[in-house]
Amino acid sequence: MIWKILLFLIIAFVSVAGIAFPIVEKPEFWYQFPLIPGLEENAKIIFFHVPTSWLTVIAFLMSTIYSIKYLRRKDLIDDAKAHTAAQLGMIFCILATVTGAVWAKFAWGSFWSWDPRQTSIFALLLIYGALFALRSAVEQEEKRATLASVYSIIAFVTVPFFIFIMPRIMKGLHPGSADDTHSGPVVDFKMNSNMLLIFYLSLIGFTILYYWMWQVGYKSMIYKDKLNKQF
Amino acid sequence: MTSIALFRKDLASELRTRYAINSLLMFIIVTISVILFSIGNEKISDYLSGGLFWVVVFFTAMSGLARAFVSEEERGTSLLLQLIASPATVFSGKLIFNLVLVFSMNVVIANLYTALFDAFVIKNLLLFSTAFLFGSIGIAISSTVIAAIIAKAGSKGTLYPVLSFPILLPLILILIELTKMSMDGTAFEEGYIEVAVLICYDVIMISASYLLFDFIWKD
Repeated sequence: MIWKILLFLIIAFVSVAGIAFPIVEKPEFWYQFPLIPGLEENAKIIFFHVPTSWLTVIAFLMSTIYSIKYLRRKDLIDDAKAHTAAQLGMIFCILATVTGAVWAKFAWGSFWSWDPRQTSIFALLLIYGALFALRSAVEQEEKRATLASVYSIIAFVTVPFFIFIMPRIMKGLHPGSADDTHSGPVVDFKMNSNMLLIFYLSLIGFTILYYWMWQVGYKSMIYKDKLNKQF
Repeated sequence: MTSIALFRKDLASELRTRYAINSLLMFIIVTISVILFSIGNEKISDYLSGGLFWVVVFFTAMSGLARAFVSEEERGTSLLLQLIASPATVFSGKLIFNLVLVFSMNVVIANLYTALFDAFVIKNLLLFSTAFLFGSIGIAISSTVIAAIIAKAGSKGTLYPVLSFPILLPLILILIELTKMSMDGTAFEEGYIEVAVLICYDVIMISASYLLFDFIWKD
């Protein structure tokens, strides 16, 4: 219960602060954000877009960890956990893609321009899609769990290419790219302490939210399976 | 049973029917002629022809490489294979077969492509052949392990490109980048990082495939 209240407070504060706090050139009060050249007002998306894409990767990581656990112990509960993590990852992946595309319309002039980061998030979307397609193709429970686990591990080993290598060897527009002279790396230098605080609060809040949703999700999946077996 | 013996068996049964070879060859001709028809008399840019080359390679691989494992399931011989050979041997045998298939297929595509597309001119042949070599190896590894998954999932044909594309995407992106570079005539030293990433991909995929193949193969 205490976690839920804390979560409510964090998310409420982050939503209000992230949207309403003004961006000024020389911040004087604690509620003012600094102006980042090249990003200006668009910088506020960092409080909502970055946590969603962070959770996309975290969910994928958890899905892979539970897939490995499933392959070791052959326990279907682990598979339910991996599956729920992948489902939530898909939701956050769509959110990150959409918020990113809307932001790109205002910052770069078009919704989609195949920036390396956009390519990466698109590939993650495809991986999640393929994972669900594979799951729906196999009827038998154990076989489905094994094949989905293997596929998600194989897909996971390609993720470092998208997240860490591609944006660095290809030219990009995204803040934080290798050749970004204006605003990157944003997190390290250009944000002042109050902006950083709200950014990290937002990350923590969204992560707790994800964890809670994940617990509810996998428990309901296990109960559904038990009920199906009874009748 | 060694993996070479398994490769010989696959080769012999392939040469008897010539199913994969014929269909792959026809697929290459069909794909390239579709591209040629859609271009018509237009002049396409060099980079576009370089990208289309890997599109042809990807779809040809997707049309033929699933055979390696699907044929075992179709003929009902996979149980026998499980009895007489260890999973690693089976995977190596199938991988060698697919390597040979991908490599000969890509050589045919490259030759046809160079002959038919005026815009496809490679200035740095060394860089392109390095990319070609490691790219073919990468495509063979990834498509072999996905073919094993597909065969166990009930040989759903449409699922194969769906599952393979996200896995092959980093490889294809780097290959397109390297092809652009070799068309510009970039020195080999400048494309060094991309080639290193390509080799990394091959090594990572082959180790992951060997580790995970046991779980796919044993029911």
